[in-house]
Amino acid sequence: MTTLRFSPEVADFDPQRALAQVRGMADWAAVRYHCETGQQRAARDGKPDVNRIEQSRGAMLEAMLEGQIAYAGTSDLSPAGIERAMARAVGAARAAGRRKLFGFGDAQRPRAQGRYASPRRQGPEGASLGELSDLLLEASRRLKVSARIVSTEAAATLTEVESRYVSSNGAEIEQQFLYVTSNFAATARDGGEAQRRTMNGEVARCLQGGLEVFDREALLAGCERVGREAAELLEAIDCPSGARDLILQPDQMYLQIHESIGHPLELDRILGDERNYAGWSFVRPQDFGTLQYGSRLMNVTFDPGVPGEFASYAFDDCGNRAAREYLIRDGVLLRGLGSLESQARLGQPGVANFRAASWNRAPIDRMANINLEPGASSLAEMIAQTRCGIVMHANRSWSIDDYRNKFQFGCEYGQLIEEGRLTRVVKNPNYRGVTTPFWNSLRAVGRREEFQLFGSPFCGKGEPSQVIRVGHASPPCLFGGVEVFGGGK
Amino acid sequence: MSFAAETRTLVERLAGDCFGQCAAGEQVTLSLSAEEQAYLRFNASRVRQATDVRQRELGMQFQSGGRRVDLGLSLSGDFESDARALRSLLARAREEVRVLPEDPFLVPMENRGASEMHHPGRLLATQEAIRVFTEATEGTGFTGLFASGPMLRASCNSLGQSHWFATESFFIDYSLYTVNEAGENKAVKECYAGNDWSEAHFLAGFRAARERLGLLRKPSRSLPPGGYRAYLAPAAARDLAGMMGWGALSYSAWQRGLSAFAQLKEGTAQLSPQLSLRENFALGLTPRFNALGEMAPMELALIERGELRNLLVGARSAKEYGVPSNGAEENPFVGEAPRSAELAGGELDEARVLAQLGSGVYLGNLHYLNWSDRHSARVTGMTRYACFWVEGGEIVAPMRDLRFDESLYRALGTNLVALTRETHVMPETGTYFCRNLGGMKVPGMLIDDFRFTL
Repeated sequence: MTTLRFSPEVADFDPQRALAQVRGMADWAAVRYHCETGQQRAARDGKPDVNRIEQSRGAMLEAMLEGQIAYAGTSDLSPAGIERAMARAVGAARAAGRRKLFGFGDAQRPRAQGRYASPRRQGPEGASLGELSDLLLEASRRLKVSARIVSTEAAATLTEVESRYVSSNGAEIEQQFLYVTSNFAATARDGGEAQRRTMNGEVARCLQGGLEVFDREALLAGCERVGREAAELLEAIDCPSGARDLILQPDQMYLQIHESIGHPLELDRILGDERNYAGWSFVRPQDFGTLQYGSRLMNVTFDPGVPGEFASYAFDDCGNRAAREYLIRDGVLLRGLGSLESQARLGQPGVANFRAASWNRAPIDRMANINLEPGASSLAEMIAQTRCGIVMHANRSWSIDDYRNKFQFGCEYGQLIEEGRLTRVVKNPNYRGVTTPFWNSLRAVGRREEFQLFGSPFCGKGEPSQVIRVGHASPPCLFGGVEVFGGGK
Repeated sequence: MSFAAETRTLVERLAGDCFGQCAAGEQVTLSLSAEEQAYLRFNASRVRQATDVRQRELGMQFQSGGRRVDLGLSLSGDFESDARALRSLLARAREEVRVLPEDPFLVPMENRGASEMHHPGRLLATQEAIRVFTEATEGTGFTGLFASGPMLRASCNSLGQSHWFATESFFIDYSLYTVNEAGENKAVKECYAGNDWSEAHFLAGFRAARERLGLLRKPSRSLPPGGYRAYLAPAAARDLAGMMGWGALSYSAWQRGLSAFAQLKEGTAQLSPQLSLRENFALGLTPRFNALGEMAPMELALIERGELRNLLVGARSAKEYGVPSNGAEENPFVGEAPRSAELAGGELDEARVLAQLGSGVYLGNLHYLNWSDRHSARVTGMTRYACFWVEGGEIVAPMRDLRFDESLYRALGTNLVALTRETHVMPETGTYFCRNLGGMKVPGMLIDDFRFTL
């Protein structure tokens, strides 16, 4: 059997040996080795489309000189390559040190030791390439439920990451990640009208784990539902305009959390590091402990320990041990998303979130798993208590300002609620609002049984830019009096 | 030996070794993306992070028996170890094609010739860059990214094709900050890019940006949502027109029901006769060859006087849909997209922009655009940085940021009043995974009844 295990013949690399070679070149030094092996497998319209395997492998050398840290990333892992990279990092640290923003020390690079491994039952070594290929081909066929489905896609990625971080003050961390993402999509067309439906959105199906995440029969049945709903949208009325109560399903909640809670709470944004690119934040340092961010039903955690959630880990990329923290409790803002560096600069507590996308990028403040904790209402109860409302499923459009106030989202599939009952399906459901008034309109939070794990592999930020994996879990939630609207020119 | 020369020598040796390993019926294309970059990140005229990156990523497309596998790895730079790794990729590819089904849309490899393009540059050393950017900008909140160094792209295959592109270039993308009389943060955005660094050129741009910052010190005007006459300065125009690169001009996206310009293609909607867009590789921003080594024409009309002339077609779409390829690059997320687009200028003199705007909004930059209804080519996004309320052809006050939600069929169709005569090259400053190539040349846009919603 040809398995999904891919191990090209490359020379071994020992980060400790590399560190020993360069540690004397700076006041403090670290080596972060990152090897990422990713597979993309996709079928389209019942035919093979993408079979791609890539391995990106290199080391980031860190040098601290008189409180200035500089970085040099290299894919040349030979002793000479490591030494050249360290020399470049040292040169940059020396040059930047005269004009540094802040002086760092050992407190920002703790002496941590430990390991982490993603949960997995069926890793690539035990998974058949042929079976995965067959599953995706079959899924792309099942999505085509009628002649009006003009395009179907079934895609999966399987990514293994080995990260090893060692430093001259004794940090030694090894983390092994296994990530699985998938997308199943159908586009329906009739004359000039086209509608697309996916299983939970184009990018939201993200987990840590192995191929066990694919339950073949459930997946294929889900594909048929997605295909039927794409065709159903062609017949649907456009989403009405006006203020309505809004129930967001977890596959839209995840992005609402990401854009309007996660990003504004990043301390590096509050410090202005991102103001030339991703943006600043409406949150001010004095808001921590005082700002009523949302209603009392709102409890949000940074939780890197949820088994299977996409951005779980034990340590961040400066060796800070990760732990669960409440960011918002009973609606009150308590803590930001800031690394040890940002915490020192701002004088605020934070979390272990100094993360780099790969060996060629320096770590910055990132989200990890940011979750809305479950509440006491079931989805059925939320619908029953709503006179004039709408349920929205699966994100398809997102936009928010650079201070993270004014947002607009679009979803794939809407269902009107009239007098406590689901009635008609609507197409092009969109809504917009402003962050804190919106979260203060939170009227009900779903139960633990309806709590679902989603995420994204593509959270973009930073200069130079980097995409990182984030996880977001939530139950369905009910918001009062939100401005909703449909499509059209 | 320079990074570019060292990389080319390495890759040519690897290609020779790899192609020599191919058995009868096997074909291989190698594609290279490499860079040696200094990335300097500034906040408040101080160095926030300094990162040096040296990377060479090699892609391999393997074809055999009507099947295809794409593989990739990071090159170490050492021939012996990279050749061993490449041979293990070949072995893996052979194993995969024994299992995978036949690909009906496989594009058989061809020798698509040879080409070379090299744009040498005169670049600033890291130490000097830190001095210039921190000393000259003191007190302005200067925040941004300087990227500088050589970049390479190549495509060669076992049938003899060989295309090389190398450039040594830089950009400094930055913003300056002030707090206005009402206590609000305000900023202006600027970018200087090129192959030959000139401190005088940078300082001239910086001083002009600092002067614009002065205009932002008045308290901001809050405008209620509604339709406003709007002037989109070139950076904002680039963002709005850039949405056409999100699948709107892709042939495969159109076939799959994902193009925002389906109605334009099918003749049920129109754009303004003032609008002409073409791919123009003469701008020299990016190689003409794509990952398969197809050479795009030097110029390709996409929209002429508001009418769709061509959609972008890559070789795989061409095979699937039975149309000729025009050498477009296929992007897995959006289909084929322009790489070096030029939107033709119009009749409006830049010096008369405010007078022609009369009363309305002057938008320096936009932010976070996305389709809000792709089928209707409707785009939402935010205003950002230096945006002003204008009355009687005079700037009255900065404005608070607004959300717009507007169809390209209106903004670039019925409501497009004028395009400026002058056009500006906006080089790509994206740095995801590596420094990106490309850019867009655009005029400013004067638009009536541009719709703001929040």
